[in-house]
Amino acid sequence: MSLAKRIIPCLDVDNGRVVKGVNFVGIRDAGDPVEVAKRYNEQGADEITFLDITATHEGRDTTVHTVEQIASEVFIPLTVGGGIRTVEDIRTMLNAGADKVSINSAAVHNPEFVREASERFGAQCIVVAIDAKRVTEEGEESRWEIFTHGGRKPTGIDAVQWAVKMADYGAGEILLTSMDRDGTKNGFDLGVTRAISDAVSIPVIASGGVGELQHLVDGVVQGRADAVLAASIFHFGEHSVPEAKKFMQDQGVEVRL
Amino acid sequence: MGANRIAVIDYGMGNLHSVASALEHVASEAEVLVSAERDIIESADRIVFPGVGAIRDCMAEIRRLGFDVLVPELVASGRPVLGICVGMQALMERSAENGGVECLAQLDGEVKFFGKDLRDADGQHLKVPHMGWNKVFQSQQHPLWQGIDDGERFYFVHSYYVSALSGEVVGRCQYGVDFDVAVTHNNLFAVQFHPEKSHTAGLQLLKNFVNWDGKI
Repeated sequence: MSLAKRIIPCLDVDNGRVVKGVNFVGIRDAGDPVEVAKRYNEQGADEITFLDITATHEGRDTTVHTVEQIASEVFIPLTVGGGIRTVEDIRTMLNAGADKVSINSAAVHNPEFVREASERFGAQCIVVAIDAKRVTEEGEESRWEIFTHGGRKPTGIDAVQWAVKMADYGAGEILLTSMDRDGTKNGFDLGVTRAISDAVSIPVIASGGVGELQHLVDGVVQGRADAVLAASIFHFGEHSVPEAKKFMQDQGVEVRL
Repeated sequence: MGANRIAVIDYGMGNLHSVASALEHVASEAEVLVSAERDIIESADRIVFPGVGAIRDCMAEIRRLGFDVLVPELVASGRPVLGICVGMQALMERSAENGGVECLAQLDGEVKFFGKDLRDADGQHLKVPHMGWNKVFQSQQHPLWQGIDDGERFYFVHSYYVSALSGEVVGRCQYGVDFDVAVTHNNLFAVQFHPEKSHTAGLQLLKNFVNWDGKI
């Protein structure tokens, strides 16, 4: 099957600057999202995801400008997430040059928003981001719940059922982050990745926990994800995108080199 | 070459800015205009006909704006025309999407659904839409393939695929089924993938289009 698995670097951006910075050799300004996006593009990233974590309204205008700049220089798909709450927010980002928007807590507050967005803009633009935590009791079959507010606020909603519902409501893709694994470098939660990949017929992006290249392979092979999202292992120059792809290819994963 | 004015037809569907940016990127001396105005579109030397979303909505807007008349005229004029994604599908005779939609019939063939139970050769279930980078095989030579390797990957995102008249197919792909991803007839060239999202290969195709005289 020749469709490649996708590697998607993710940039967290606060008020127009990449948070925590990046450490590419030779990059002029490690905090400039346009520079960072361009460098990943040159390295062969399959898509770029841009997460706006700015709290302020003024900072959001900066985001639009940044998206416009990236879109004028980087010709691979661009997904923008963070604070997407209304149809106007979506329209603004798509007009700025984003190809997809990622919706998270707004979908939890109002699932109909996903349906409306999908009908208006097309499912191909709508990514629903799910933050999941394992809540299995002793002796129970594995279960995960979705959490909002950076993984802190429980919702009581089953993650797999939520993914199925969001697909029904018109999501074109699911971005699944394990809040248990995020930041740990211990690999994806393969259980929830697989459960959701098997439950929906739309593409799934695995996110949260990548610490080494083997984790990327595990995500697509065992987790059955269609794409893997990673930040830390690429940002700090531990590994490069070409290196990751070569590693995956050597293990039999179809990638775009 | 002289002035090169490129019109990107705006019927309100899709991310026109990406297409325009990519064209500007590969042809800095060309004038790229995104427009829904007949006068402006007709003044162009070459036309790009993009599209994303559901075919029924696209065709409704195309008809409402009179592009169902204008596009065939542009094609007949001999100017190079490039159809992209749903723009390509709208150029076919009909689509199975949305319960069946009649299209512009500028290319022979139709548009079909991948289906809800798409499987690969090993029987594994395949996700729909077909989303991501897949290999495009150049089944026939064409000036728009200049500088692009056979089997090069382009970016796709679609749930319906084109089945065209075989003599006019120049690019094929495989995803559960074998299907047509690049079709041409005289001065018209249409692609299912998004060249403006396909990095170097896509930019090369757009560059080739900008320099194409509309002939084989």
